Amino acid sequence: MATAREIAEAAERRDIRQRWLLSAPALVVIFFAGIGPLAIMVVYSFLEKSGYGGVVWKFSTAGWESVFFQRDIFDDTLQFADAHLSIFWRSVKLSVITTFLTLIFGFPTAFFIATRPERTRDLWLFLITIPFWTNLLIRTFAIQEVIRNEGIANTVLIKLGIISQPIQMMFTDFAIMLGMTYVFLPLMVLPLYASLEKLDFRLVEAGYDLYANRFQVLRRIIIPLVKPGIIAGSILVFIPCLGAYVTPRVLGGGKNLMIGNLIELQFGQGRNWPLGAALSITLLIIVVAALLVYVRQASKSGQRHG
Amino acid sequence: MPEVDKADRRPAIEAKNVSKVFQGAAQDRVTALDAVSVTIRENEFFTLLGPSGCGKTTLLRLIAGFDFPTEGEILLYGEDIAPLPPHKRPVNTVFQSYALFPHMTVGQNIGFGLEMLGKSKAETAARVDQMLKLVQMQELKNRRTSQISGGQQQRVALARALAPHPKVLLLDEPLSALDYKLRKEMQIELKRLQHETGITFIFVTQDQEEALTMSDRIAVMSRGKILQIGSPREIYDRPAERFVANFIGETNFLEGDTVSTQADRAMVRLPGGATVDAGLPQGLKPSGKVTVVVRPEHADIVKAGQPATLAGALSNIVYFGTDTHFHVALDTGGEFIVRHQNSRGNESAFAVGEKVGIAFEPDAAQVLRD
Repeated sequence: MATAREIAEAAERRDIRQRWLLSAPALVVIFFAGIGPLAIMVVYSFLEKSGYGGVVWKFSTAGWESVFFQRDIFDDTLQFADAHLSIFWRSVKLSVITTFLTLIFGFPTAFFIATRPERTRDLWLFLITIPFWTNLLIRTFAIQEVIRNEGIANTVLIKLGIISQPIQMMFTDFAIMLGMTYVFLPLMVLPLYASLEKLDFRLVEAGYDLYANRFQVLRRIIIPLVKPGIIAGSILVFIPCLGAYVTPRVLGGGKNLMIGNLIELQFGQGRNWPLGAALSITLLIIVVAALLVYVRQASKSGQRHG
Repeated sequence: MPEVDKADRRPAIEAKNVSKVFQGAAQDRVTALDAVSVTIRENEFFTLLGPSGCGKTTLLRLIAGFDFPTEGEILLYGEDIAPLPPHKRPVNTVFQSYALFPHMTVGQNIGFGLEMLGKSKAETAARVDQMLKLVQMQELKNRRTSQISGGQQQRVALARALAPHPKVLLLDEPLSALDYKLRKEMQIELKRLQHETGITFIFVTQDQEEALTMSDRIAVMSRGKILQIGSPREIYDRPAERFVANFIGETNFLEGDTVSTQADRAMVRLPGGATVDAGLPQGLKPSGKVTVVVRPEHADIVKAGQPATLAGALSNIVYFGTDTHFHVALDTGGEFIVRHQNSRGNESAFAVGEKVGIAFEPDAAQVLRD
């Protein structure tokens, strides 16, 4: 005879088995799409490069060393790899500026949409998402068409007599920022809109009623209340910016590399897979570290405000 | 006594022929206010009373500056405030939803207005403590507004609006979200605050009882117009319009014929032949058919055969605890309700179906304008 306790234990075992079975598909996806590739990267970064691409299965820290250092060709000493570090630095700098620019342009846009009558909001949101329908590469080439020396912007300015020589915009950091701001703007607008749409505009009225002018209402009431949207939008823009590949490649030319291009170079022409893998992991660490700092900072200041 | 004084006080808010039309497609166009004129005196507890959609909140929002009048002007102590945005008007609002800032503490909420006015930290802190004491919330100063109860939020909203010493305080149905008992408490509390601060209160409500208990004067509104302005007693005892009589309390309506009129009184012959001396609304000179109202507690029920104004049969007796309602089917048609206050030992000597008379108290009847 099975006692009540045995029956309960059997039921619990069955329950646990069922839970594992049900979560199996998700676990498989997480393993093969997430943990697996990441593990391969980690392993490859500690192997030796093979002359024709690929890796030799022998432990080596050469990949990691060359992320940060370069061996002097004459006396064989290690020096800081200025080239890599400056590319990292440029990537972070451009990403921060781009995130800031999308915030500056995205906030008024999202505010405008959120304050439209309910019926027309969907139309505006729809318009915001239209660029997503076109391939990124084509959109980037379109920007090139606008800013190249014989492009629309320069032609118009010359015809108007404002400038006599075309302004060099292509292959500059400006071109990269312009391209990335354009491409990632919707990723900022949408979460901002989601936050602004939930904003209780009676609080804005209460702010005006209590002698706050427009700027004070924005700074003291609206921004603190839509902070979750600002954080989400910034994360959504900053991360893909940091790893951007197409935009800097097309608009930045060969000189203005970003991390994404540097990594691609190692797996392509450079034929240095361990270095590429190590660079990728470094990028990952930068992103995670930046996020941790940002989110912690943002939530801390949120608490201080009230 | 203050009741006498207040009539002489100078006007705090004057609305002159104020209209507000909300634009839109032709069928969406709404006239929320239709040539409204009203004078609200300094230190007065003034109530705008009416059903939802009557324009009372619109008038409040015009005074606060959230909306602008389509026509007419609003004066604050004689000065046209039309060009001033809300943050430049020395007027504060207690919102129906309270609209407390969820990202600030109770203390920060109360201090916000003072801070925006550029008051020093010390002055703001002192005033915040003073306000917290006034609404008896000292111990909750550092709580988030989401961590306090509805009644406490109400008090914070009041303290926040009173903190910057507004010349006029606007209250937009502030008690409607509270339960009955709390509402009763807050009514007394509000009256006390008004008395202590000496600030002019403009109070919007659709609760007639609230209006009657708290106000110095009431303006009854319907469909964008003010129908009658007067003290609670005047509004209740001498309603000028059918809407006012109906909206506030229970009333008996009787159709009659004018016999004669004097300055502010008329003799009216009621169905059944009796003639009553009825009050007239200001400026009305009736002739022919008129409607007369009598409040249920201004009439008494008597045994058949005794002197009475109306006659009928008792159709129903409803016991309410504090009083009893006698429903009388009048011999001339229609129903008349008499309210009798209960006390020990006066259990009803009447039975349903019995023939009875209805005797009016002196001055019970009032002629309506329509």
